[in-house]
Amino acid sequence: MPFRVEVGFKEGIRDAQGEKIAKKIRNFLGIDVKGVKSIFVYTIDADLTEEEVERIASGPFSDPIIQRFSINEPLEGDFDFLIEVGFRPGVTDNVGRTAKEAIECLLGKRLKEEEKVYTSILYLIKGDLNEKDAERIAKDLLANTLINRYYIISRKDWDGKVSIHLPKVKSIREPQVLKIDLNIPDDELLKLSKDRLLALNLKEMKTIQRYFNDKRVIEERKEVGLDERITDVEIEAIAQTWSEHCKHKIFNGIIHYTDENGKETIINSLFDTYIRRATEEIRRKKGKDDFCLSVFSDNAGVIKFNDDFNLVFKVETHNSPSALDPYGGALTGIVGVNRDPFGTGKGAKLIFNTDIFCFASPFYNRPLPPRLLHPRRIFYGVREGVEHGGNKSGIPTVNGCIVFDERYLGKPLVYCGTGGIMPSKISGEPSHIKRARPGDYIVMTGGRIGKDGIHGATFSSEELHEGSPTAAVQIGDPITQKKMFDFLLIARDRGWYNSITDNGAGGLSCSVGEMARESGGAELHLDRAPLKYAGLDPWEILVSESQERMTLSVPKEHIDKFLELAEKMDVEATVLGRFTDSGKFHVLYKGKTVLYLDMEFFHNGVPKREMIAKWDPPRYEEPDFPPPDDLTETLKIMLGRLNICSKEEVVRQYDHEVQGGSVIKPLVGISNDGPSDAAVIRPILESHEGVVVSNGICPRYGDIDTYHMTACALDEAIRNAISVGGTLRHLAVLDNFCWCDPILSEKTPDGPYKLAKLVRANQALYDYTTAYGVPCISGKDSMKNDYHIGNIKISIPPTILFSAIGKIEDVRKAVTMDVKRPGDLVYVLGMTYNELGASEYFLQNGAIGNNVPKVRAKAAKRLYEALNTAIENRLIASCHDISDGGLGVCLAEKAFSGGLGIEVDLRYVPKDGIDRDDYLLFSESQSRFLVTVHPKDKDAFEEIMKGCIFSQIGKVRDDRTFKVIGLNGDVIILTDIYELKEAWQRTLRGLF
Amino acid sequence: MGKGVRSIVISGYGTNCEVEMAYACKLAGADVEIVHISELIYGEKRLDDYHFLNFPGGFLDGDDLGAAKAAANRWRYARVKNTGEPLFEQLLRFINDGKPILGVCNGFQLMVKLGLLPALNGNYNEQVATLSYNDSGRFEDRWVYLKVDKESPCIFTKGLDTIYLPVRHAEGKFIPKDEPTLNLIEERHLAVLKYIHNETKEPTMEYPFNPNGSTAAIAGICDPTGRLFGLMPHPEVYLFFTHHPRWTREDLPAEGLGLAVFYNAIEYIKENLL
Repeated sequence: MPFRVEVGFKEGIRDAQGEKIAKKIRNFLGIDVKGVKSIFVYTIDADLTEEEVERIASGPFSDPIIQRFSINEPLEGDFDFLIEVGFRPGVTDNVGRTAKEAIECLLGKRLKEEEKVYTSILYLIKGDLNEKDAERIAKDLLANTLINRYYIISRKDWDGKVSIHLPKVKSIREPQVLKIDLNIPDDELLKLSKDRLLALNLKEMKTIQRYFNDKRVIEERKEVGLDERITDVEIEAIAQTWSEHCKHKIFNGIIHYTDENGKETIINSLFDTYIRRATEEIRRKKGKDDFCLSVFSDNAGVIKFNDDFNLVFKVETHNSPSALDPYGGALTGIVGVNRDPFGTGKGAKLIFNTDIFCFASPFYNRPLPPRLLHPRRIFYGVREGVEHGGNKSGIPTVNGCIVFDERYLGKPLVYCGTGGIMPSKISGEPSHIKRARPGDYIVMTGGRIGKDGIHGATFSSEELHEGSPTAAVQIGDPITQKKMFDFLLIARDRGWYNSITDNGAGGLSCSVGEMARESGGAELHLDRAPLKYAGLDPWEILVSESQERMTLSVPKEHIDKFLELAEKMDVEATVLGRFTDSGKFHVLYKGKTVLYLDMEFFHNGVPKREMIAKWDPPRYEEPDFPPPDDLTETLKIMLGRLNICSKEEVVRQYDHEVQGGSVIKPLVGISNDGPSDAAVIRPILESHEGVVVSNGICPRYGDIDTYHMTACALDEAIRNAISVGGTLRHLAVLDNFCWCDPILSEKTPDGPYKLAKLVRANQALYDYTTAYGVPCISGKDSMKNDYHIGNIKISIPPTILFSAIGKIEDVRKAVTMDVKRPGDLVYVLGMTYNELGASEYFLQNGAIGNNVPKVRAKAAKRLYEALNTAIENRLIASCHDISDGGLGVCLAEKAFSGGLGIEVDLRYVPKDGIDRDDYLLFSESQSRFLVTVHPKDKDAFEEIMKGCIFSQIGKVRDDRTFKVIGLNGDVIILTDIYELKEAWQRTLRGLF
Repeated sequence: MGKGVRSIVISGYGTNCEVEMAYACKLAGADVEIVHISELIYGEKRLDDYHFLNFPGGFLDGDDLGAAKAAANRWRYARVKNTGEPLFEQLLRFINDGKPILGVCNGFQLMVKLGLLPALNGNYNEQVATLSYNDSGRFEDRWVYLKVDKESPCIFTKGLDTIYLPVRHAEGKFIPKDEPTLNLIEERHLAVLKYIHNETKEPTMEYPFNPNGSTAAIAGICDPTGRLFGLMPHPEVYLFFTHHPRWTREDLPAEGLGLAVFYNAIEYIKENLL
């Protein structure tokens, strides 16, 4: 008999969670509730006695000091509306799983597999509200109907009893394998692709058709009990492996590109032509100083840290899932990208996270198109998902940024990055190299397989109904993963496996499929895989994207020890088959072959895509507005803009110090709240060597030209790293493209223009990474970030993120952005041009303009090298890069972060083509810094900077006055630094 | 291991500060081992072989049933395989042997929920206080000023006056069972550490100086022997000056004050247990 245990706070104990919900209802929905109480509900579906349940409820399920509980009766009846929110069948219920383990521990006995604990939350709402309000609270705030079920009861309809609901997965039928005849007309091939959500085009479907008509293939298939028909397991596996996600068909395809002069070029693979080639050239040029170890070939890029350790870095996106379920999508994003460095080489210990989000304004106040969540809710959920994913995994979130643009309403971008460190040698072998050997066991560790994440996000909600598990959204469980990582690091150091990779997109089909390339084949038994519940078809087991799983190749001599330690450490590990050198990917279910494909075809059979790109530069109206009368006020407005204002409330909720290596924190300055340019950590506690992490992203510039957007994003990532003490000598980047669909079609008539933007971005990537000598070591692309329902289409602005990782020899020389002492000299480094195109300032004035910032790499490189030398010689008291909002914003941030006033004279600022104070203050020219220098270091500093553009423009004051003298010699800004700080801090205050 | 002070840091099921905690022990002069709790349960390691027990921070079992609740349940009911000895008995023996225990953050929550702290009448098996959700309703990472009760019997804070450390938690609000319990804690000087205002230097209920709304601004408590100590702030991440959030602008000693907590423990062991 199932039991229902309700746990709530005692009288007089503050219910902070309930208060938080009440606040959200008021703020997000505008419904004036009096109060909300939260009650936690455990529904125990197990064969237990009442006495046992009493012990459980009073033991692990409740806190005797502050909580009380009830069994099978309501804990409280004082409400106007009651809303209960639980999970849909099959959705991962982490708390329920922990609760079950606690029961087993308490009772000293194992519960049966099918005995479970389900959790839900009961919200008791007081206030003058109606049914419709309650429905909104449930649907728009408390529950996400993709993964949650909920019910609402008003006080008058309440019978004073509890009802027990068990969200069990009911499996309807026996697992089956379908066989499909591919010798059908083209339109039916396409229909098949569409109906099964394969995302394969006709050319690809025909290629598969040809393979299955090959006589040799048919002969060989007969020998293993198959025929010329393709099985559903095979077609699904091929679709995963050939997906855009796995094969990057746009980056590897052939592009017919026409530039602005009508000149045509054929680009055979953007990736090979621009990205890979750039890195190869940089590495060649670096010669013996080349620090790259593994680039583009593994789950993450690997560079050298020192003689004993390597660094591993990867940034992924999780956009579509985050649009549907912001919390779950983002949580999965972060714990998912954790597995990339962990699944690189022999596996890296994870040492930092960095996250970049792109949202529409949280203050968006127009009607929302159907199925879209409000940007504030997305912001909230994503922030919280990343908090739980990062904090609970014990990985510090060392920095990040948030970008706002209305078009991210269509799809938010959630970039999650993770860095790792590994010994350069493991068991005497280079750690960045892995190789599954024929005969090795295929072992899957970690979580179990369910229907979660099948077909990623291409599902439609109509397919979801009570009783059928949700297919779309996975919910990550950081603790299951942490336990697995704890175990695998030991196994790694003992040399117990030859290869490792993660189960992400495409599940086992991709992980085993990829590793099988190392050995030359694999034999995989799907019926041996541990499942969350019965009733999965073999194809579902193969492609499920259930979280927290790694696949390993374990040689025979270590398998027993491996499995034994896993059991001891409470980590599930299962042998699913063997790696072979048969040249075949061979998958069986209960002894029968369900997939039999040539490795060559499986991995290299996908035909090249051909695409058209045409570059037609846009022209915008050049703005013509008079300079503002009160620049003090203008500066405050600029500081409060979403893309500039303080993100402290978000940052504070991330643990940025766990692991004990924090050196430069995300918040710095006299009050620990100034915006840091980049992070510095010491991954090895005994050493002063540090890792520098930074990011660069500026999608607005892409409205004018993605070439310059890309150059600027790269420059921003690099100059942020330089700013804290990083060096070009030991710096690498990851490229991360998020685009709107660039393929010409009925739905996307402007495909060639969008693809041209992609080409231009790649050209800049080549030009500028080579100019700086900073190689790309890994990357990611997400090419379909559009919203299209009915006649509403929202495409995100093409967005590129560069994430930099580098080394700083001695962290004790690192520099922060806040001014330090009265009397220090303020210098601007770099030239300010009339470059306000797509700047925050023009946007504030309703314009875009055309003068997009350009990167002059030669001068910038010289400047970066000089500044680095100055920092290494400890001549720089503070350094802040100049970016969004230009010089004006940068000066203000430096001053209030340091708690000291600044006085500068704009007449000393090196400039080119600018004659307006406002333009000089807010131009977003690249490769510039503001530094402060102690007067005693003036000569030494200026000596080092010789040959660069730089100028002393003022001094740090000993009071709180912020004073700027304009080009005509008048005081144009005069205010208190704390007024500026208030303007900067208030925008997002209280939102969380 | 040699004849010196032997330290053990318990890991597993979601702990995540074990490496820096072990490093703090090492810097303070102890031999140290990070031991996965399964090694205790499988009888491969025993608490009896160590002098100094550390419960590091983290998210034990994801804090799924409340901070450290499921882990407290495990410590209370788990038995050593083969011998069948309850793990909790090993723990009680460790305490009775006069050895010190330090719990930080999640480790502090674990100690309180097990009843190890404050253990007013020497009963280490009854929970009389808790750590609940911060009044802010949020997880926060921020540095706080703390004042040490100099009359406290706590062996870990000897010679310390005020310290500056980071808190990183969502459930750090200290709540005693009732008024008499609080009075006893205060009277016996078991409220070792209190959150103070950065200007008045006095215990405060004002956010963010008191980051979670803790009763009587309590940030850490000890048992009546002073050998068991738990605190929400993290002493193990203020070992070097570069850990300090303002190290680039203040003159600081090379060693961080957090290390003093570990020096004191090691010193105590050398004087009393070796």
